[in-house]
Amino acid sequence: MNALATIPDRIDMADPIPVLSVSGLKTRLFLKDGVLPAVDDVSFSVMPGETLCIVGESGCGKSMTALSIMRLLPRPVGRITGGSIMVDGVGDLAELSERQMRRVRGNHISMIFQEPMTSLNPVFRVGYQISEAIRVHHRVSASEARDRAIDMLEQVRIPLPAERYRSFPHQLSGGMRQRVMIAMALAGRPKLMLADEPTTALDVTIQAQILKLMNELKREIGMSLVLITHDLGVVAKMAQRVLVMYAGVVVEEADANSLFARPLHPYTQGLLRSIPRPAVRRERKGEIDTIEGTVPALTALPTGCRFSDRCPMVHEPCRKLEPPLASPDDIAAPHRKVRCWLHASPPQ
Amino acid sequence: MTAPLLDVKGLKRHFPTESPLFGAKRFVKAVDGVDLAIGKGETLGLVGESGCGKSTLGRLIARLDEPTAGEIVFEGRDIARLDDRALLPVRQSIQMIFQNPFASLNPRMTVGAILEEPLIIHGKGDRSKRRRRVMDLLGQVGLRPDHVDRYPHEFSGGQRQRIGIARALALEPDLIVCDEPVSALDVSIQAQIINLLQRLQRELGLSYLFISHDLSVVEHISDRVAVMYLGRIVEEADAVEMYRRPLHPYTEALLSAHPEPDPLAVSREIILEGGVPSPVNPPAGCHFTTRCPYVQPRCSETTPPLVDHHPGHKARCLRLDEIEGNRLTEGARTVEHKS
Repeated sequence: MNALATIPDRIDMADPIPVLSVSGLKTRLFLKDGVLPAVDDVSFSVMPGETLCIVGESGCGKSMTALSIMRLLPRPVGRITGGSIMVDGVGDLAELSERQMRRVRGNHISMIFQEPMTSLNPVFRVGYQISEAIRVHHRVSASEARDRAIDMLEQVRIPLPAERYRSFPHQLSGGMRQRVMIAMALAGRPKLMLADEPTTALDVTIQAQILKLMNELKREIGMSLVLITHDLGVVAKMAQRVLVMYAGVVVEEADANSLFARPLHPYTQGLLRSIPRPAVRRERKGEIDTIEGTVPALTALPTGCRFSDRCPMVHEPCRKLEPPLASPDDIAAPHRKVRCWLHASPPQ
Repeated sequence: MTAPLLDVKGLKRHFPTESPLFGAKRFVKAVDGVDLAIGKGETLGLVGESGCGKSTLGRLIARLDEPTAGEIVFEGRDIARLDDRALLPVRQSIQMIFQNPFASLNPRMTVGAILEEPLIIHGKGDRSKRRRRVMDLLGQVGLRPDHVDRYPHEFSGGQRQRIGIARALALEPDLIVCDEPVSALDVSIQAQIINLLQRLQRELGLSYLFISHDLSVVEHISDRVAVMYLGRIVEEADAVEMYRRPLHPYTEALLSAHPEPDPLAVSREIILEGGVPSPVNPPAGCHFTTRCPYVQPRCSETTPPLVDHHPGHKARCLRLDEIEGNRLTEGARTVEHKS
């Protein structure tokens, strides 16, 4: 029997079960000089209507996590080698064939990227590209798709949508292009959008417009959002929950308020201290706290905790055993998780 | 007041665009009448969005480009129109650090050769003296002596920026134009480089023109800040004053749009409509009229001058007195972190 028949077009909105539930995800990059553990044992879930931010520095695995979920890993080097990616109403994405995945992308989950110019085809008008996305997901006529594309452009607050329909990507500004990408991503009415650094290439006033738009659309459509960013300002503004990644693993998970008020992992603490926050900025020209050293190469991870060689609080078990990602045992915070021996007892 | 180290007056750089077959030649007015001054040991932060002309301004001051009009008075002498030969001694005194250290370092040269090159060009010392200077420079920027024979690709982004800084220091400059020096770096590395730049400034008495789009970094590192929009400075003030009491509607919107790393920050955000207009055909009068929430018809009639509104706090807006009491973001920047 065709497995596709079991995939419903829409997912029930009021359902309290997670839209996405990733558990034990392992992604490896098989390169000439070795196998890189790009994503290692990553688990998290996203509830309906929720915004989850994944934050971390370059090479921490945040983009690879998103590409694994979308099954868009670079081929043939990238492969999911373990874990499951459960999407409500679909099943385990890690088990689907490429053909089945094509039905999931756009319909259930869609993704937008940092540089919209590289995701848009430069030789087609943007309107055509949106209507193409609509026709992939819905059986509609060309003219109906066109009308819906113009509606989509309007929905992402593009002025003069009927005229913009006929624009080529290069005729649009960076912010407008990102709006077009969002319109395309929404064409299949997904329940979840993955956005990988969607505003990093944009100016701050344009970033503010796009973030506001994403929040409004989320509410209008009742969609969940996974926002990948390196910018803790964007995290503070957008996130309900935050996942902090370092060198391929999740080192901390918490609701946004708790994370900023009381970061538990020494890496999160260091990251927050190394941005010039208002209080630090006011004592101008003072030294900013830094995290010594650099992110380790995935080929040369330290044994034990991956942050141990940069951690100011490194102690006995850290260099021997990798700590588990678990609720801290020293404070009452059942909804938080941290991967650190300061908050867990090492096995005897 | 003593004469500033650098005094820029009426500086313009107009790039011709592809000219139409008929009709007048058109220009991108990347820098369109900029006045600014930098004192000895001072950091002037220059902020603005992409295309506002801040990098072009930096390149003009470092004389990597020739201005269309205006003066660049450096140590009492106008360098705006000097030719390459006459510029050679000036180049020792004004150096530049770029955003992407990898693109600005020759991949075929060792770190030692990269740092020695400016010394050779300017005929500094003999071989052994130059070698000693190179080793000193490595130490100054926090690199190890054994890094001297390595190539740029063997370094991380932060270390490469340290090499770029060491190269800029080689000739003991007075002024360094830093064009987005930390924008390509990870957050934890950014802080290391900012600290390094500040330490070098203290030790060597350097002046910086610090160009960045990152408002937090600029607030931290700058003594004074200038805000640029479509080729013009629209506001200039002491850094503390600027961030506490922005005057120009553009600065106000820019600061309010900057997301603070604090979920409890209550900021009343002004979301500007649309994007920055084309610099080929900027709006008449005040360039900000197309996006300004306080705009009135007369704003398009005359170009507002950049004038002192409070002592040392200049802004280019006709309506400042009227809008002062009716700010959209009253108290928006009084963000305190709850501890």
